Amino acid sequence: MIRARSLWLQAGGPVIGAGVAVLAAAGLLLLAGVSPLEAFRQMGLGAFGSANRMADVLVVWGPLALVTAGLLATFAAGLWNIGIEGQIVMGAIGVTGVLRLLQDAPLSPWLVLAIALAAGMAAGAAWAVLAGLLKTIGGVNEIFGGLGLNFIASALILWLIFGPWKRPGIGSMSGTEPFPEALGLPNLAGTRLSLWSLALGLAAVGVMALLLSRSVLGLRLRAVGSNARAAFLLGVPTRRHLLTAFGMCGALAGMAGFVQVTAVYHRLIPSISSGYGFLGLLVALIIRCRASWVVPVAAFFAAITIGGIQLPIALQLDSSLSGVLQGLLVLGVLFSDGFRHRAAARS
Amino acid sequence: MDITLKEIRKTFGRVNANDRVTLAVPGGTIQGLLGENGAGKSTLMKILSGYLRPDGGDILLDGKSALFRHPADAVRAGIGMLHQDPQDFPTLTVLENFMSGRPDRLFPSRSAAMSQLRKLAATFGFAFDPRAYLDTLTVGERQQLEILRLLSLNVRVLILDEPTTGISTAQKAQLFDTLRRLSAEGRTILFVSHKLEEVESLCHGVAVLRAGALAGTLAPPYTTAELVTLMFGRPVAMPQRELVAPGRPVLELRGLTAVDDRLRLAPLDLDIRSGEVVGLAGLTDSGQRLLLRACAGLVRPTAGTVRIGGLDLTGRSYPSFRSRGVVFVPTARLEEGLIGDMDLSEHLQLIRPPRGLFINWTSARTAADERIREFAIRGRPDTRMRDLSGGNQQRALLSLLAPPLALILIEEPTRGLDVESAAAVWTRLRAHCRAGTAILFLSSDMDEILTHSDRIVVCYCGRCSPPLDPAAADREILGRLIGGKGWDREAAG
Repeated sequence: MIRARSLWLQAGGPVIGAGVAVLAAAGLLLLAGVSPLEAFRQMGLGAFGSANRMADVLVVWGPLALVTAGLLATFAAGLWNIGIEGQIVMGAIGVTGVLRLLQDAPLSPWLVLAIALAAGMAAGAAWAVLAGLLKTIGGVNEIFGGLGLNFIASALILWLIFGPWKRPGIGSMSGTEPFPEALGLPNLAGTRLSLWSLALGLAAVGVMALLLSRSVLGLRLRAVGSNARAAFLLGVPTRRHLLTAFGMCGALAGMAGFVQVTAVYHRLIPSISSGYGFLGLLVALIIRCRASWVVPVAAFFAAITIGGIQLPIALQLDSSLSGVLQGLLVLGVLFSDGFRHRAAARS
Repeated sequence: MDITLKEIRKTFGRVNANDRVTLAVPGGTIQGLLGENGAGKSTLMKILSGYLRPDGGDILLDGKSALFRHPADAVRAGIGMLHQDPQDFPTLTVLENFMSGRPDRLFPSRSAAMSQLRKLAATFGFAFDPRAYLDTLTVGERQQLEILRLLSLNVRVLILDEPTTGISTAQKAQLFDTLRRLSAEGRTILFVSHKLEEVESLCHGVAVLRAGALAGTLAPPYTTAELVTLMFGRPVAMPQRELVAPGRPVLELRGLTAVDDRLRLAPLDLDIRSGEVVGLAGLTDSGQRLLLRACAGLVRPTAGTVRIGGLDLTGRSYPSFRSRGVVFVPTARLEEGLIGDMDLSEHLQLIRPPRGLFINWTSARTAADERIREFAIRGRPDTRMRDLSGGNQQRALLSLLAPPLALILIEEPTRGLDVESAAAVWTRLRAHCRAGTAILFLSSDMDEILTHSDRIVVCYCGRCSPPLDPAAADREILGRLIGGKGWDREAAG
């Protein structure tokens, strides 16, 4: 059961941490000779200044929410699924493979998309379960296993784009030949946003929240994550649950890959994951197991990502400032949480 | 050093661990601190030794106020504590452990430390190999080393928290001699225990804590009845062994051997029938733990067979055993037995065979409330396990044993528990026996073995004796076997 603590206690740490992070970022901006207020204003404008920009924020939010929802499962089971990046990539590869195979077949486009989604989820899940098997059978820590599998996945996607799946003529970093419009999720006019992506993200968060708080499976995952030895002696099959957590997370990562291919890029590109796996890890670190927080925190991170694009245009600053701000936010929140815990333990 | 504790207060959440405790301990005496589990003894001593900070109150050393921020401050002021669980470094050597905690020097002199260790050990008649790794030592030896380490840091006050748990009778006698000697040299000893006879035989004065408050202080000669009344507010009776007619064999071992990193179990034949309680006696790690784990499928036997209810389960893993009604209950409650961050409702749902996909948390809390009443657990359905006291954790653990069970394998069923909690534990275990469950338990408490076993198996260096009848075996015989004497005769008979 998720304990009902007061909202203030839950939010207090993150809010103080975020405050510290913003102050630190302001300090950095001052060092760069830029007014922090102006920079933050520009980021706000960049994220919310027009309908199109808000749509761009939501374009990031969809896959980010999917990835973070998946990470809730692995975090509950006490696993650091660093391999999530590779799982998004493998999902996108699975989706692309099915679309390439069936794009000329006499099938309804929706059926093809459904098969592609299933294939993407299966590919992501398989890549994640592989990390799980490396851990449960070979004793390879999932962090190292995931890192290794990430490298393999990015090598694979490059090989596919420059090799078997290259555009007619010459392979390029711009990716494979775009798919016909019918094989993409419908976008809102003039944007790259698909309502399907939002719906999938919301549904994934809702299902994971329900599973973790109310289901037998969620309870068992949390038991394994909290004390695997005791869970085993109490009769919970630990290995199976570790693999299940990996599988769930990988399937949602694969779904994020599906959204990236069919709703955003309409083809496979080398950076198809857009780093959302690592960004999702940051979001998951902040919210820990509070599933309902995925929606706002992922939105905030998406807004920072999109808002940062404005910085080079308006202030001649590097857009990597968004990454700095996101990193500072995570460190600030974790620090204030840890600090409060230590203080509470000592008093 | 004279110690005065004034109005010490400490709360953990809603629990009043120490409620305005005031106590004066004159220098050079052995002061007993008695109380049931969760009475607040360890908390009070952790405050005195700088491990915890009090919410209120003051500590006076020779009349001067001294509240410590850190255990190292307390050691500098001359107060050292021997914790209930050894706070040492098992992967370092005896000498390295001895040298730990000294005022910093970049390159401490090993040879000086070595000669100091040898001298101190000789003074008290302890024998150590300074180069041995600590994890090859018994708990009793680690305790001796910790005492020497604290003495080498010039502590004048020595706090011992339940020091006799897990050490042999001989080591206990040696420990008590050491403590008497230290007190005669003018050091002040605070001796925390819930064992009446230890306090009676050792202490110059006893303070009794009950529910966080000082219930009273006594000076010798003590009467047991008086101590028990102060501790519990009323006398406690231990459940008596009742004869349950043993039924079908539940556990059959034939030529069973197993190996862990320290020990090889000699081939063993043993039958345990339903309703029977078999106690495993022996010094720590003489083979009892290994035997228990081999019977649970947690350790794979190297030879021989294990049958459960007539079914050969040799080489199968714990889930197979568990599905046949075998449960293993470990000593380390928060490490292996319970999930510290989860509450009782969650544990009950965890062990329940799943009905449907989702959990009804309202009925889960009702179920937990029932167990709490039935097992007299001091806590609520949503109290995290790590926030319960040791005795209540053990009750919670027992409330998770859902009948029907064929065999309960339990380590140290009452370790660290007070008389009342221990009685409750055995009442519960007995109820399982009446329902036909067999119990195989190990204990380092000889009284527990003698009181509760229908048959006793003694282990010594991996050898297990034939089952003994507790009516025929007394302390004397058991003590000799545990210590490794008379094995050829017993093994032959």
